[in-house]
Amino acid sequence: MQTAGSDNKTTSKPHWVNAEITYQCPLHCVFCYNPVDYAKYGPELTTDEWLRVFREARELGAVQLGLSGGEPLQRKDVEVLVAETTKMGYYVNLITSGIGLTEKRIAAFKEGGLGQIQLSFQDSTREMNDFLSSTRTFDLKSKVAKLIKQYEYPMVLNVVLHRLNIDHIGQILEMAEAMGAEHVELANTQFYAWAFENRKHLMPSREQLERAERITNEFRDRVGNKMKVYFVVPDYYADRPKACMNGWGAVFLNVTADGMALPCHEARMLPLEFPNVRDHDVRWIWEESPGFNAYRGDDWMQEPCRTCPEKTKDFGGCRCQAFMLTGDATNADPVCDKAPAHHLITEQVALAQKPQPPASEVKQVILFRDDKNSRKLATRDSTTPIS
Amino acid sequence: MSESVGDAIAEEAVIELHKQFRLQWEQAQDCFVLLYPEGMIKLPGSSGEIMKRIDGKSRVSEIIADLEATFPGADLRQDVIDFLEAAHANGWIRQQDH
Repeated sequence: MQTAGSDNKTTSKPHWVNAEITYQCPLHCVFCYNPVDYAKYGPELTTDEWLRVFREARELGAVQLGLSGGEPLQRKDVEVLVAETTKMGYYVNLITSGIGLTEKRIAAFKEGGLGQIQLSFQDSTREMNDFLSSTRTFDLKSKVAKLIKQYEYPMVLNVVLHRLNIDHIGQILEMAEAMGAEHVELANTQFYAWAFENRKHLMPSREQLERAERITNEFRDRVGNKMKVYFVVPDYYADRPKACMNGWGAVFLNVTADGMALPCHEARMLPLEFPNVRDHDVRWIWEESPGFNAYRGDDWMQEPCRTCPEKTKDFGGCRCQAFMLTGDATNADPVCDKAPAHHLITEQVALAQKPQPPASEVKQVILFRDDKNSRKLATRDSTTPIS
Repeated sequence: MSESVGDAIAEEAVIELHKQFRLQWEQAQDCFVLLYPEGMIKLPGSSGEIMKRIDGKSRVSEIIADLEATFPGADLRQDVIDFLEAAHANGWIRQQDH
């Protein structure tokens, strides 16, 4: 294993490239992981610029490509990107809310060799779905799910769970079954970006989580092999941190709509300089750039991580979470119960056990992801939550 | 149409890759790989040689014959069957409907 700051070049490869091809999105999800200040960033990469980036990453050994956003289908060139990157040898994954996925477009994606479509769902009931994404999209998504089946793609559903919808887990699973879903990921909100701003409204109670897991297990027993159901608990309820991104700059390359290259979806928030693909080629970015080398290896670690036997397993957790909660990205992720700042997690968890206002009231105060809120958030001091 | 996992592979069966999987030579890995949503399985050496012969037309017996012609002197039959049964149990391949 190489260490950061040494002269040795990394031996890792960007196995998975995630391209946030646009920050535009017709939805206004309260848990969106795009940066809260997305509205201030410059013009999107052009089709040719994207293709150059994908070609360069492919030369380094990248094989998996995610086209995401925002809502990627807001761009008119997704068909071209799918076909060209498939020719380059990528396995292409489209990560979409389904808005804008017409039969004409899905036929073109199939023709171009798209590997899979991941469809996100906010909730199973129309009312809740429309509230949480702040638009009337549920009927549309049901139609899209039918199209996905019709074009013989596996039905992969991503459902983001949180305090306001987790009690609907039974209906969500029934909906997934009715749609013929083969893979369902029930991912509890992780608290970054918009979800961090809305944390107190979105954090489920322990009782809610236990009920949801129980119902999920009963469902698994009933449906057996025909559907794979993954249940991801919020890391605030864990006592060991996640091995975030399998390590910094280890396998994952994220490129934002305006071309910033990042080692994870959230790293833009960190006080590091990250390169832009308009200024540098992907090889330099991956192997040489200070941003990608900042937390490789373990030279950067502080105690308790530095001498922890688990450091090779979890890499000290998530740099962004450490930064958000403690102001220093080299601290242990506070999720770890060995971390001095672990109380910042347990305090939030304790808060989540108390009664909170009903959804109808939360709706008035929760922060929706939209351009107006984003511009407002872009002008504040980045270290203090606005609520 | 879905078979139970772990079924034996018959020599007269025609096998194909499961829809979600794609096989390709990967220069960076110096071997064949099987790509699927968000993942990659490396197929070094003989595993790649077997997988690349799965074309949705050939019978298992033909794949074995072709391998034995390419690598003369070895009795590969049982090794190939064992590998295909494992591949089948992993969901990489399926037997075509008759």
